[in-house]
Amino acid sequence: MKFPAAGGYFHCVLATTGPGYRVERVEREGGVETLRFAGELRFRECFASWERVRGLARPASPRMEFDLSAVEHLDGAATALLLDLRNELLAAGAQTEIVGAAGPVKALLDLYGAHARRPSHKTPPTRIGILDQIGRDTRAIFGEGRALDFVGDFALAAAQAVGRPRAVNWADLPRLMERAGADAVPIVLMLNFLVGLVTAFQAAVQLQQFGANIYVADLVGLSMTRELAPLMTAIIVAGRSGAAFSAELGTMRVSEEIDALRTLGLDPYHFLVFPRVVALVLVLPLLTILADVAGVAGGVLVALGLDLTFHAYFLEIQKAVHPWDIFSGILKTAFFGLGIALIACERGLATRGGAEGVGRATTSAVVTSLFAIVLIDAIFTVLFNALER
Amino acid sequence: MIAAERLTIGYGETVILEDLDFSVPEGDVFAILGGSGSGKSTLLRNLIGLDEPLGGRVLVDGSTPAQELGAPHFGVLFQSGALFGSMTLAENVALPMRKWTALAAEAIDVVVRAKLRLVGLEGFENHLPAELSGGMKKRAGIARALALDPPLLFLDEPSAGLDPIRSVELDELILALNHSLGMTTVLVTHELASIFTVARDCIMVDRDAHGIIARGNPLELRDGSPDPRVRAFFNRRPA
Repeated sequence: MKFPAAGGYFHCVLATTGPGYRVERVEREGGVETLRFAGELRFRECFASWERVRGLARPASPRMEFDLSAVEHLDGAATALLLDLRNELLAAGAQTEIVGAAGPVKALLDLYGAHARRPSHKTPPTRIGILDQIGRDTRAIFGEGRALDFVGDFALAAAQAVGRPRAVNWADLPRLMERAGADAVPIVLMLNFLVGLVTAFQAAVQLQQFGANIYVADLVGLSMTRELAPLMTAIIVAGRSGAAFSAELGTMRVSEEIDALRTLGLDPYHFLVFPRVVALVLVLPLLTILADVAGVAGGVLVALGLDLTFHAYFLEIQKAVHPWDIFSGILKTAFFGLGIALIACERGLATRGGAEGVGRATTSAVVTSLFAIVLIDAIFTVLFNALER
Repeated sequence: MIAAERLTIGYGETVILEDLDFSVPEGDVFAILGGSGSGKSTLLRNLIGLDEPLGGRVLVDGSTPAQELGAPHFGVLFQSGALFGSMTLAENVALPMRKWTALAAEAIDVVVRAKLRLVGLEGFENHLPAELSGGMKKRAGIARALALDPPLLFLDEPSAGLDPIRSVELDELILALNHSLGMTTVLVTHELASIFTVARDCIMVDRDAHGIIARGNPLELRDGSPDPRVRAFFNRRPA
């Protein structure tokens, strides 16, 4: 089909339409192929049919034009699509020009850099091989020695604090103990009560078969005091206080408060780390005593359901659980507290970046604390086992 | 008062600025200028001893390395104010006094009120930083930086984020402190109005040049610098 035009005649090859706009590929005299855009090119409308427009531009002829003289409106995203298509054709070797743009349409094209493709200032990403990546990660974990630095600095600060106790920010200690300790009491009691109950129930199912119901008390008493109550309490404290310490110190780090402390001549270890470590070392054993009681109480419910009396249950617990069982459980929670607080503070103080960095530090603090709790528990189990022989 | 000698700064193995040589005379108001990402704030961190230089040194009073000083020798206002969120304004300002002086609590209260009055925050003693606007946090940060009347004051982007009126008030406060106390002030900024109002001397750093591209009086540099990058900066025109 031939149409009359100012520059002679043109031949409409293909056309596509979308809501509010139309694109035609026309062959002008002289071998120039033109994509004629008309109407309102708005991103929302033309994006859905943009693949058809791209299809219209193929195959590219050696000389192409995008004629925008009939375009009434062009928005920013549509401009980006248009320029992307132009660049695609240029890359394919077609000499492509945008013509006919006027007024706001031309201004927008100029703003988006229609004149030329700017060289990218971005450094192309370096391809890193798997061995290189393993090396970098290993160096990140061990080479920089950040965690070891932290432990060393903390030990130094602790030694100084022994000589100069006034250097430590003791004023924060009651607040920190209240948050980590008193505020955690309800959740510690509830969870340990349920753990005691579940342990007793699982034991009862097996022991009932042998008429050994009374040993439910032994099992609950020993497992709660030696393992379950210390572990559950430490896990709760890691999730609550460890995460809170890490997020608090991380936020202080990214908002320059740690730097401000240093410029005021205050040591962050004395001012922030030490009170948190002391708070958790004191609070975790106290919470564990309550957890022991709650766990044993949880077992009572099941025991009463097994026709055991209250009196018989506690008599059996007295017989089975020795003071050392309780003490050994409580003793290791002080080390759990030390580990949780040190890990949380180290991750907090090492935070980089903004809110995302704080999130990463908090997640890392909790996960590492959980690992550390299990590791410390394993060490103490082996140690106590050796001592008890 | 404070001098950088062949100072090279950066992160890890990345050098941002190298071989910087400049000195700030006592009683001067000195600006460190440069575009965003030019290394101004990193230079400030090196000057106040928060970061270790990659090379060279920073000397205070001709002999003492900056790393060995700190409060009570200088006060620092950080870009965000960096007030301690769990403390009231009064506690924030009192903190350096509690650390470095043997003043009684009542005396500290008196000084704290005076410092907060100085920055227009009288009556906000018991407010937490979260309850203040950005400009108020900046002013409270200045009050804390001034708590020990340090001879050297560092200000990182003091006017950034402030409305024009507050910005002018802050400039006036900086000048008043300089005139009345002779306090040497080093400020990092790219706010032209503030630079022309308060700074007597300046250096301009440029990351591409890895160093200082201009030094002198800001007004003279604006009108007569032969460097197109400097003229572009002062005349707000892309180079």
